[in-house]
Amino acid sequence: MNSIGTAVVTLPTSTQILITREFDAPRHLVYRAWTTPELIRQWWSGDRGQVTSVEVDLRVGGAWRYVMIANGGFEVAFNGEYLELVGEERIVSTEVFEAMPDHPAVSTLVLTETGQRTTINLLVEHTSQSDRDMHIASGMEGGMQESLDHLEQVARSLA
Amino acid sequence: MNDLAAALRLGQPQVSKHLRVLRQVDLVEVRGVGRQRIYRLNARSLKPIHDWVATYEQAWNQRFDRLDVVLAELTANEKGADG
Repeated sequence: MNSIGTAVVTLPTSTQILITREFDAPRHLVYRAWTTPELIRQWWSGDRGQVTSVEVDLRVGGAWRYVMIANGGFEVAFNGEYLELVGEERIVSTEVFEAMPDHPAVSTLVLTETGQRTTINLLVEHTSQSDRDMHIASGMEGGMQESLDHLEQVARSLA
Repeated sequence: MNDLAAALRLGQPQVSKHLRVLRQVDLVEVRGVGRQRIYRLNARSLKPIHDWVATYEQAWNQRFDRLDVVLAELTANEKGADG
């Protein structure tokens, strides 16, 4: 079954972002792809750049850090600490965009398996609505740069 | 409004208050039919909100579409190992 482009983003409260997606794979494989550095490297940057470093210390109190070089040539890094790990069904961690270290969020990933398919619910909780809104407005990492690149193109075409 | 109150399991005063705020920012429209007030969503006003979230959603779609590829490989490997 084709699930391309089926992620759903909703805003349950003024400080939260909820991302939902179903995958055509059993839960243990989704969990493996989500937590294994070599596998994270293959998907985490999406179309926005190349992953250059992934560190995962998968235990409560352990740290994670993902770095990518975005298409604009600049580095984008996130890090956090694992707060709660429940088998292959739940990962709670802090999440900090290193360019804005004073605005940490807490993300809760829940994986649910139904008949060899897995649904993930990723809830990102910010401490304020402005932090949440900033997170969305950036279109995630790289999105801002894409916007600026477009703006630059427009500006050049006007010159 | 009775329908909304029942569907949301909220009291009438609460629903009334929410609707008043939504009307003020033009997210819902209201018309009277007899003694009833019929509310409808105003899609045009919602579009900027939709667009705002869409860029963010697109970034996740790109990620997850790649994750699909990783998962297809893992699934194939696992089946191969079992077989």
